[in-house]
Amino acid sequence: MATIDSRIPEGPVAEKWTNYKAHQKLVNPKNKRKLDVIVVGTGLAGASAAASLGEMGFKVKNFCIQDSPRRAHSIAAQGGINAAKNYQNDGDSVYRLFYDTVKGGDYRAREANVYRLAEVSANIIDQCVAQGVPFAREYGGMLANRSFGGAQVSRTFYAKGQTGQQLLLGAYSALMCQVHAGTVELHTRYEMLDVVIIDGRARGIIARNLVTGKIERFSAHAVVIGTGGYGNTYFLSTNAMGCNCSAAMSCYRKGAYFANPSYVQIHPTCIPVHGDKQSKLTLMSESLRNDGRIWVPKKLEDAQKLQRGEIKGKDIPEEDRDYYLERRYPAFGNLVPRDVASRAAKERCDKGYGVNNTGLAVFLDFSQAIKDFGRDEIAARYGNLFDMYEEITDESPYETPMMIYPAVHYTMGGIWVDYELQTSVKGLFAIGECNFSDHGANRLGASALMQGLADGYFVLPYTIQNYLSDQITVPRFSTDLPEFKAAEDAVKARINKLFAIKGKRSVDSIHKELGHIMWEHVGMGRTAEGLKEGLAKLKALRETFYKDLFIPGTAEGVNVELEKAIRLEDFILMGELIANDALHRNESCGGHFREEYQTEEGEAKRDDENFFYVGCWEYQGSDDKAPVLYKEPLVYEAIKVQTRNYKN
Amino acid sequence: MAKNISFTIKYWKQNGPKDAGHFEQREMHNIPDDTSFLEMLDILNEELIEEGKEPFTFDHDCREGICGMCSLYINGTPHGKTATGATTCQLYMRRFNDGDVITVEPWRSAAFPVIKDCMVDRSAFDKIQAAGGYVTVRTGQPQDANAILIPKQDADEAMDCATCIGCGACVAACKNGSAMLFVSSKVSQFALLPQGRPEAAKRAKAMVAKMDELGFGNCTNTRACEAVCPKNETIANIARLNREFIKAKLAD
Repeated sequence: MATIDSRIPEGPVAEKWTNYKAHQKLVNPKNKRKLDVIVVGTGLAGASAAASLGEMGFKVKNFCIQDSPRRAHSIAAQGGINAAKNYQNDGDSVYRLFYDTVKGGDYRAREANVYRLAEVSANIIDQCVAQGVPFAREYGGMLANRSFGGAQVSRTFYAKGQTGQQLLLGAYSALMCQVHAGTVELHTRYEMLDVVIIDGRARGIIARNLVTGKIERFSAHAVVIGTGGYGNTYFLSTNAMGCNCSAAMSCYRKGAYFANPSYVQIHPTCIPVHGDKQSKLTLMSESLRNDGRIWVPKKLEDAQKLQRGEIKGKDIPEEDRDYYLERRYPAFGNLVPRDVASRAAKERCDKGYGVNNTGLAVFLDFSQAIKDFGRDEIAARYGNLFDMYEEITDESPYETPMMIYPAVHYTMGGIWVDYELQTSVKGLFAIGECNFSDHGANRLGASALMQGLADGYFVLPYTIQNYLSDQITVPRFSTDLPEFKAAEDAVKARINKLFAIKGKRSVDSIHKELGHIMWEHVGMGRTAEGLKEGLAKLKALRETFYKDLFIPGTAEGVNVELEKAIRLEDFILMGELIANDALHRNESCGGHFREEYQTEEGEAKRDDENFFYVGCWEYQGSDDKAPVLYKEPLVYEAIKVQTRNYKN
Repeated sequence: MAKNISFTIKYWKQNGPKDAGHFEQREMHNIPDDTSFLEMLDILNEELIEEGKEPFTFDHDCREGICGMCSLYINGTPHGKTATGATTCQLYMRRFNDGDVITVEPWRSAAFPVIKDCMVDRSAFDKIQAAGGYVTVRTGQPQDANAILIPKQDADEAMDCATCIGCGACVAACKNGSAMLFVSSKVSQFALLPQGRPEAAKRAKAMVAKMDELGFGNCTNTRACEAVCPKNETIANIARLNREFIKAKLAD
């Protein structure tokens, strides 16, 4: 059995990163110019890494599937970014952010990585402000903050409800500055389809030019993937339509371990599903829970009237409303972490208290906040979100309570990386949502942006040098090497195989079926029996895929259906991985809730004795074969592992 | 409650920049009016694929109105008509009526060549951005964020300018194919912030020069751009850009 070495530096947790940086190997400026780095993805992690590496002097090749790096899905993050600045003088510190993140992750994150994340968080805000990111400010000119779930301090920096957009545009502008300087070579509308391994090290990628359809080869001394999460395995999610796990799956197929795939975050505040033609779910920012109060009726008959459309939310008097989060979790109230809020909504709806025609929705009500602060103030805080809600649902949140329901949003699991963000394949690195390390079993709000930028600006540009320092005598690689040819041939064979199926069904119709299986069997509440059934259905779905798939057109030029078909093949593999991990993990923690393992009050029940580890899955040479599990034991030195409590 | 509508859709097919292109037409039946415009096109494509035909190609991604990828010219208006101004993906079928003829075209501009059908190449925007749309700052250890105090009003105004999503609707709406609203929004964001001032003159000149070089037209103040901007960027930005540009030229 392989041993998993997370390469965590020695010393107390607060000194590890400082010690690491003091002793790591560096590459001198002259040698940097001789080294090529491929960065796949241009989201917060990818763009910030590509910009920083280019600026340091490395030759960077940066890829994205969209028409511009600025389109990456980080752009859609709304609420904010956490940083331990303690500008509000409310008792925040690096340690407290570290502690909240570890606790929020239900004690399944790696301590050393999280501490480093909290440590560099303040630096991120400095960096972004220097770039001209227009964060919200107070009248005195200082930066403003708000609160997010799982914290009792206000440490979230924001730019209206478009924080992700502004941070990404900041990283994008830094990236374009380097493109202009000639240190970064940008390849838009390219999709990575394989990683090329030479003598056990990642040395390049095979990518499809999405405009010409040509399969092309790119070489480098190291490959970094920052290609996001796998939420679209569920078809309906808050992810963009193009979000996919194909880059991650190609790394997995080439030997990179995949860690904790079952940790999928279901976000509590999304606009409910309205019909089977729906293509995606829209998130309503967690920041809304600062002022919005979540409730369902106390009386079942009121809920039934709402479901039949006979009454509206505002017809139900105050005393007949059940503010169930405030009732169950007095200390954190509406700002409990996402996993807790989502399960509580599901619990109420399962008992019949849902408030829309499908019975799968709860209210998020701003009437109190509008009374307290005035309509103008609420509009200033959430105006763009309210407008978006009204455009979609044709109802104004100023007049009637919003209706929300949980939806797949973020994936804490990902490609396994060590402390240096290097995967189990040498020279292959994973950053941002694409890796697994910092959020444990549940991510706190406003921490994704923090992690993406921490990895890209402040962690990877250091740690990758420790790897590249002994590569300085390795000359640039020719893409004529047999390893490149073999990888390109395999990609072409794969595409030909998909075209040759010539069935009757569209990619989307099969993807929707995958989504239904995943949501039903591998969703918010999981059971061993349900997961086994789900795995059997996934196996059958793979057969359907290889028998019934139809891709119109050819591999030449733009072919969106081909792009989606390749991604779907990978989503099916991913779906099995999530289900296998969920089935093996006989406990509930964070985003992974096994109904067999809960307390009498319905809270998640962890099993630290048997599952206090990172589950790392290794590919066994074929999609049909079950993956093999390795364990990276978690070692906590600074934090005492205990049951999460948001009640008092 | 949602009601169903039936209508005719005329959509643009074009196989690459050199192809002349043509409209195709199809009757759509019983589409729920709470379907988004892009979901309606998903239904269209699903029907085409079922018949073994090639689907209609268009750009889209986040479907939340923020990524700027979607770019359809609907019944003569970039992104189609909504109440408050929104991207194509935030347009819902309740804005249409039974029996309508809905015409869907690509952004038409010399600087945005068609790749396929309604998918166009907007990489010219990236080139303008690369010419100067940034504050030159190293990754590393800048001063503490609160060391730069910025009056709330300036920060809010800069934020409004920074809200531009780079979709290109302004260019598509302009009879001259001008990119002034896009360029001026970026220039304004930095011009309003102390961090952006040191390079303000250089930035305005470089971005305008690149815009001209890439074949975008001139601004003649018809205000067509601000009328269609899904993020409500205003031509006040263009006035600010002109001021910055003239100041920079005078200093030369």
